[in-house]
Amino acid sequence: MNTQDSYVTADGRTIGPPMMEVKNITLRFGGVVAIKDISFDIREGEVRAIIGPNGAGKSSMLNVINGFYHPQDGEVWFHGKKRHAMKPHQIAEQGIARTFQNIALFKGMSTLDNIMTGRLTHMKSNMFSQMMWWGGAQAEEVANREIVEKVIDFLEIQAIRKTPVGRLPYGFQKRVELGRALAAEPKLLLLDEPMAGMNVEEKEDMSRFILDVNDEFGTTIALIEHDMGVVMDIADRVVVMDYGKKIGDGTPDEVRNNQDVIDAYLGVAHD
Amino acid sequence: MLYREAGDFKTTYAKDQQTFPIAFDRWGYRLTLAFAVLVVPFILNDYWTNAVVLPFLIYAIAAIGLNILTGYCGQVSLGSGGFMAVGAYAAYKLMTGFPDLNIVFVILLSGGITALVGMLFGLPSLRIKGFYLAVATLAAQFFLVWLFNKVPWFYNYSASGQISAPERSLFGFAVTGANAHPATSYLFCLGFVFVLAWAARNLTRGANGRKWMAIRDMDIAAEIIGVDPLKAKLTAFGVSSFYIGIAGALLFAVYLGAAEVGEAFGIEKSFLILFMVIIGGLGSIFGSFAGAAFMILMPVLLKNIMVGQMGWPTDLASHFQFVIVGGLIIIFLIVEPHGLAQLWRLAKEKLRLWPFPH
Repeated sequence: MNTQDSYVTADGRTIGPPMMEVKNITLRFGGVVAIKDISFDIREGEVRAIIGPNGAGKSSMLNVINGFYHPQDGEVWFHGKKRHAMKPHQIAEQGIARTFQNIALFKGMSTLDNIMTGRLTHMKSNMFSQMMWWGGAQAEEVANREIVEKVIDFLEIQAIRKTPVGRLPYGFQKRVELGRALAAEPKLLLLDEPMAGMNVEEKEDMSRFILDVNDEFGTTIALIEHDMGVVMDIADRVVVMDYGKKIGDGTPDEVRNNQDVIDAYLGVAHD
Repeated sequence: MLYREAGDFKTTYAKDQQTFPIAFDRWGYRLTLAFAVLVVPFILNDYWTNAVVLPFLIYAIAAIGLNILTGYCGQVSLGSGGFMAVGAYAAYKLMTGFPDLNIVFVILLSGGITALVGMLFGLPSLRIKGFYLAVATLAAQFFLVWLFNKVPWFYNYSASGQISAPERSLFGFAVTGANAHPATSYLFCLGFVFVLAWAARNLTRGANGRKWMAIRDMDIAAEIIGVDPLKAKLTAFGVSSFYIGIAGALLFAVYLGAAEVGEAFGIEKSFLILFMVIIGGLGSIFGSFAGAAFMILMPVLLKNIMVGQMGWPTDLASHFQFVIVGGLIIIFLIVEPHGLAQLWRLAKEKLRLWPFPH
C-alpha cells in the first residue's frame, strides 16, 4: 500500500493520505526516556488505536501530538507541514481536540456550559460586545449553542443539559467529555482511554459513538484503549508501544499475530 | 405554585439563556429595582445612607470585582485594598488635575487606571498559583499603600498627607463634597452598581466567563481545549481591578470625602472584601451582593441591638461585635462552605418542587 494514496475500507469509508505524522519522536523526563524514537502516521478518516501495557508512553504520545509535551527529538507533521513548537491552545485552534484518561471536566459548570467550552476556539466576539450582551456576542452565543445542541442530541444527553457535571455518574461524565471535544468540530480527535472503567453496555454505547463520529462527521480519531476486543473491532490500524518503543504497527490482524506484541502482553519465558 | 419553569416555554436559545429563567424571579428583580429607584431615595435619611446603604452599594461593586477574579477565575487575591487605593488616588489626581472633567468619567477612568495596575500585578499569576499567588498580591497591597504614603505627588503635597474630594456635580446636583444630598449620592452609586452588575453578569455567562471558569476548574484541560491562560488570567485581573478601582474611587469621592491611605485602604479592607466574597458565595453575582450586605449590615445590626436595645457601653459592644461577627463567619463556613448564594440556590430548588418534593 502506497503511503500517499487513498483507499476504501471494507465497510465503505474512504481513508485519505496521512494527516498527522510523528517522526522519530524522543521524549525524556530528566533521566527517564518516556518515548524512544517513535514514528507513525494517522491517515485522514481512519480510526487509529495506540495500545500497550501501562507505562508504555501512550498518553505521553498524545500529549506530544497536542503540544502539551515538547519532545527533545523528532518532528510532528500536520497536514503535510512541519509543525513548529506551539502552545497547546494554539494547537487546539488548528483543529485537534482530546479527552483525558482521568475525567477533566470543569466541575463547577453545567453539562451545557462544559460542552460550550468546546466552542471557545470558534467564538471570537470582543469583550465589550459580551459585556453589553448585544450584537455580535449574543448572535454568536446562539449560533454556537445550536451546534452544541446537535452534539447533545447526538450523544443522547438532552436530559442532563443543565445538571452540574459534578453530580453526573461516571459514564455520563465520559460522554460529556467526548461532547466537549466534539463541539470543537476537530479534524483530529484524540481519545485517551474513552472506555476505562465502564461496563459492557457503556462500552458498547461509547464504541458506537466513536464509530458514528468517524462515519458521520469524517473525523479522524486516534485512541488509546486497553480493551483488546474493542480495539480490534473498531480500529483500522493499531500502533503497539512497550517501554517507550514501538513494537508493532499495522491492521488489527497483523498486530494480533506479531510475536513481539504477544511477548509484551503475555511475557516471555526466560530460559 | 408560582415558582415554576413549567408552562413558561422557551422557544429560542436566546430566551433560554436569560438571566432569570423563572417568571417569578424576573418580576422580583424588576420590583426590587423599581423600589430601589422610586421609593428608597425618598425614605433615606443621613444615618441610613452613611451607615448602611452607601457602604453596601460600594462594597458590592468591590465584591463583584473580587468575585470575578477569585470566584470565577480562581485566582486568590489579597490586594483588593491596594487596588481600591489606586482607584481613589487616581480619582483624586483626575479631579484636581482636570477640574472640568465630568465626575462619571473621572470614576470610569480611575477604574481603567486600576485595571492597568491590576494587570501588572496579575502577571505573576501566570507562574504561581494558590497560596503563593495570595502572598504575591499581598505584596501588591503593602507596596501600593507604601507608595501612596511615600510619594507626596499622589496627595498633591498636602501637609496632612490626606486626600479630600472637591465638590463635583452631575446634572446640577452635587455628588461629591460636603453639599451632596444623601439621595443624590445614593442614586449616583446605585447607577454604577446597576450597570456594573449587569455587565458582570453578561461577562460571566458568555464565552469570557467560560474561559475564566475553565481556568478555575482545571487549568491544564482548559489550555488543551484552546483557552489561552495568559489572556484569560490577565483579562480577569483587568476586569476585576476595574471594578475594585471604581469601588475605591466611589468610596473616597462619594462616601468618605477625605481619606488617608493606610487607614482607608489597609489590609483589613482586602480581608473585608475577601470575606464578603467567601460568605456571599464564590462564583456568583448575587453572592457578592449578599456577602456585602452581610458584612455591612451585621455589625450595624449588632451595635443597634447591644447599645440601643440592651444598653451596653459602646466599647464593650464594639468588642463583642468583633467576637460575634467572627463567630458567625466560622459557623457559616462550616454549615455552608459555598456561601449565601448556595443557600439561596438550594432554597430555590426546594421551592420549585414545593409542595410535592417527590
